Amino acid sequence: MADLAPPPPDLRLARRPEVGSMPQGSEREKRLRELWETEPGWRGWLSTVDHKSIGIRYIVTAFIFLIAGGVEALVMRVQLARPNSHLLSPEQYNQLFTMHGITMIFLYALPVLSGFSNYLWPLVLGARDMAFPRLNALSYWVFLFAGLFLYASFPLGQAPDAGWFNYVPLASLEYDTGPNIDVYALGMVLLGISTTVGSVNFVVTLLRMRAPGMSIDRLPILVWGTLTASAANLVAVPSVSLAFLMLWLDRQVGTHFFDVANGGRPLLWQHMFWIFAHPWVYVVVLPAMGIVSDALPTFCRRPLVGYTPVAVSTVATMIIGFVVWIHHMFATGIPPLALAFFGAASMLISIPSAVATFAWIATIWLGRPVFRVPFLFFAGFVLMFVIGGVSGVMTAAVPFDWQLTDTYFVVAHLHYVLLGINVFPVLGGIYYWFPKFTGRMTNERLGKLAFWVTFIGFNVGFFPMHISGLLGMPRRIYTYPDNMGWNTSNLVTTIGSFVFAVGILIFLIDILASLRRGAPAGDNPWDAATLEWSVPSPPPPYNFAVVPFVASRNPLWEDRIGEGGRSKLETGFLLDHGREALGTTSLDAKPDIILKMPSDSYAPFLLGLFSALLFVAMLLHAWVATGLMAAACGVSMLIWLWPERLLVQREPERVQDEGAGRGAGRGAGRRAGHE
Amino acid sequence: MDATLSLRRLVLFSISAETLMLASPLAHANAPLDYFLHAAGPAATPTMHLGWGLAAMCVAVVIIIALLLTVAIVRRRPEAASGAIGKEEGGMRWLSIGVGVSTVALLVSLVYTLVTLQAVAQPSLTPGLNITVTAYDWWWKVEYADDSDADNRFVTANEIHIPVGVPVRIGLKSADVIHAFWVPRLAGKTQAIPGQINTQWIEADTPGVYRGQCTQFCGAQHAHMAFDVVAQPRTEFDAWRSAQLRHAAAPVGDLAQAGQRIFLDRCAGCHTVRASDAAGMQAPDLTHVGSRQQLAAGTLTNTPEHLLDWIQHAQQIKPDSLMPSFTLKAQDAAALCAYLATLR
Repeated sequence: MADLAPPPPDLRLARRPEVGSMPQGSEREKRLRELWETEPGWRGWLSTVDHKSIGIRYIVTAFIFLIAGGVEALVMRVQLARPNSHLLSPEQYNQLFTMHGITMIFLYALPVLSGFSNYLWPLVLGARDMAFPRLNALSYWVFLFAGLFLYASFPLGQAPDAGWFNYVPLASLEYDTGPNIDVYALGMVLLGISTTVGSVNFVVTLLRMRAPGMSIDRLPILVWGTLTASAANLVAVPSVSLAFLMLWLDRQVGTHFFDVANGGRPLLWQHMFWIFAHPWVYVVVLPAMGIVSDALPTFCRRPLVGYTPVAVSTVATMIIGFVVWIHHMFATGIPPLALAFFGAASMLISIPSAVATFAWIATIWLGRPVFRVPFLFFAGFVLMFVIGGVSGVMTAAVPFDWQLTDTYFVVAHLHYVLLGINVFPVLGGIYYWFPKFTGRMTNERLGKLAFWVTFIGFNVGFFPMHISGLLGMPRRIYTYPDNMGWNTSNLVTTIGSFVFAVGILIFLIDILASLRRGAPAGDNPWDAATLEWSVPSPPPPYNFAVVPFVASRNPLWEDRIGEGGRSKLETGFLLDHGREALGTTSLDAKPDIILKMPSDSYAPFLLGLFSALLFVAMLLHAWVATGLMAAACGVSMLIWLWPERLLVQREPERVQDEGAGRGAGRGAGRRAGHE
Repeated sequence: MDATLSLRRLVLFSISAETLMLASPLAHANAPLDYFLHAAGPAATPTMHLGWGLAAMCVAVVIIIALLLTVAIVRRRPEAASGAIGKEEGGMRWLSIGVGVSTVALLVSLVYTLVTLQAVAQPSLTPGLNITVTAYDWWWKVEYADDSDADNRFVTANEIHIPVGVPVRIGLKSADVIHAFWVPRLAGKTQAIPGQINTQWIEADTPGVYRGQCTQFCGAQHAHMAFDVVAQPRTEFDAWRSAQLRHAAAPVGDLAQAGQRIFLDRCAGCHTVRASDAAGMQAPDLTHVGSRQQLAAGTLTNTPEHLLDWIQHAQQIKPDSLMPSFTLKAQDAAALCAYLATLR
């Protein structure tokens, strides 16, 4: 390591990587930093493939959509504060509630968790980046363009207005002529591309890029959650993409999938939609539950109780989540015997959730709580998880659901589970990892104020919806008569929702102010256990200068827990002959291969842009432009996939392998065995 | 300690506040669509009891979890060295007991649910009356057409009469988009899906007027698509039925006859009045519109003033509904009202 001149580019494909250390500030570390750094300015902005930048972008963009969806909700709540209100026309209200649902469910709930997972996965797994950095960038760009595509309908007065669930025949051409439903349909197919490639990336990263020693029983629960969600997405998203494509074809090309007059079946839409949308609701909460399972123990000063049951329950919830979709359709005339099966499954799915709930409570009980802001959000989350969960059990009871479904009771349930199990962990997670993302601490008092205001506002806003639902108030009505007994609960809900909005405002002020003036955070301000806290805040572009070796679930707590694990964080493989990362085996994470990682590229941005324009052309029935955009996508893919010498992992012909030791001469030897 | 004490107080306060909120609006009991505190027939009463059982269990669970959480947070612990980290083992009893108790509670709920499902899915007697309800944007067509004798069949709209104590089978159809038929005090809801006929049954134990509502988003005026189910003793039901079977009498008097001419001119394209030339099929049958309690699918009470208001200002009362607002000269309005008053 005394050699200070830059090494010549290493074109050998067989090499045993050096083992050593690379202290911060050393020449070698500086060169490594240069290798991984993104260009500053707009060039870097368009071409970066750094998972940390992409993760932050996802989070920020998702929050912008959260605020848009929140404003839509507040306008609706003003309309509903009193009976017989005329603030909004029916059409305006219908567009607002539809866009509110679309925004929150598709443009906020998953992307924000993708953002956390994108940022954190390589850091908690001990890796340099995700498996497919350029694909990662593509998934963000397509998400952004799909969101803009969907929102472009609003200023044209043509936002989708048939609900986020978009039942036919209401959403068919006969009853909804405008381009709004076509915007929704095509926008969702486009967004599905983002979700799918993102899911592929997570699954392969998990299988290939964990640090040596990180066997699957040492994975953070966030990783279990996102992995489960990604695997589910790969199976579920095709159903909804197909459904929306079929709808678009019915509307614009003359097919009759859902068209009753020509032999189509409206119920087919409901099945195809809910087969996707029910697993989707677990996709948007399981990673957030993982956030709590990983971060809460830090504030309880002990590891999570019941790691294995919690990990298994994550997977179990998702699997059972695939056989409950009929509970959205209990009132469609399906025979009672079939309903009984789905009702039973819908009740039993709460058992794995109970596992996680008691694990969290036990962790708090047996630990020693530290009352910092993230802890408050996580503790509040547990209570709201349970309230949302039990109202779900009530809706799972088939005959009672025949009363509850399509009333405000369900609105209460879904907001308790979505805000309670997604938003509150996200807010807590942002407070928790803000020091790591930015190198600064947030303001403790403002953060506590943000918690109390959001917690109180949320409960005051949404609890009364259980009551208006039990009193028969239907969903999706733009106004209601005076003598139905719903006036009080609606007024209280409106007040609560504005209080909640103030809490979010306080949160945003805290974050923005702390970006400028927060106290400097060290590497590990919370004295937490997992790998991301072993690197500087914010992390250097390469994440880990040396590849860590992991020997337990809580590497940074090992010496104090005394359970015998001995992770090695200071010395390990030095992979700096270009942008390199370590590939390990799938189950027990033994070192396997040196992975050549791509440098920054404009191809993902271009492919994302041309894909979006392709869908715009389809929307406008501009078939020539559609063909041109398809060709442009093809060219972008060519640019992307064009072979690069530096990315080659396999020689075309057999070579004498100088680094393999035993079993030499096997040709194209890539083994980087750890002797 | 301050934070923990206030946390505990806040949790207990919110639970009691929410219980109070639960109680107070229900104390009004003036909620026509309420099904949690009132049920009026065998298709709804077992469900209401199931609801009470489940709600009680759920409230108990929330209270227990809130207490456990609060105690977990505030309980006193022996002092430990700063920087000490607890061991990973321990706490599995929490999971086994917690999940065990939850599973038992869930299985009991499941069994009770299935028993209730069995009780309400089918009537215990053969239905004594068959009605077909067709849902339209944004009203309900009701056909009493189960008699083999064509003279004993009739069509009405937005108001269903049933005899007390008799199970009634309802065939649900839709003329356009998916709607859902729901009269909460008598039964759960079922969607009306175009292209298929769903059935459900209702039965009332006591006479009364039970409000219903469309509960599947169906477009602009989903909010104003209500209906009434009037349960009557058998004799009154039969009397109502005979009255509905009668055709409209020819109007007497110049004003009413002028009104009929206006009606045939401007209304008959959509509306039907039996035994007149008005045979429109797109809108509610008006042969006995005067006998109904509400207008415009539960939007207005049926008075002459409201009827005229509806005709002249439908688009302001129910925007985007398929009834236009008609401009009428004063004497035409008077004539039309006189004619409509004969359609009792």
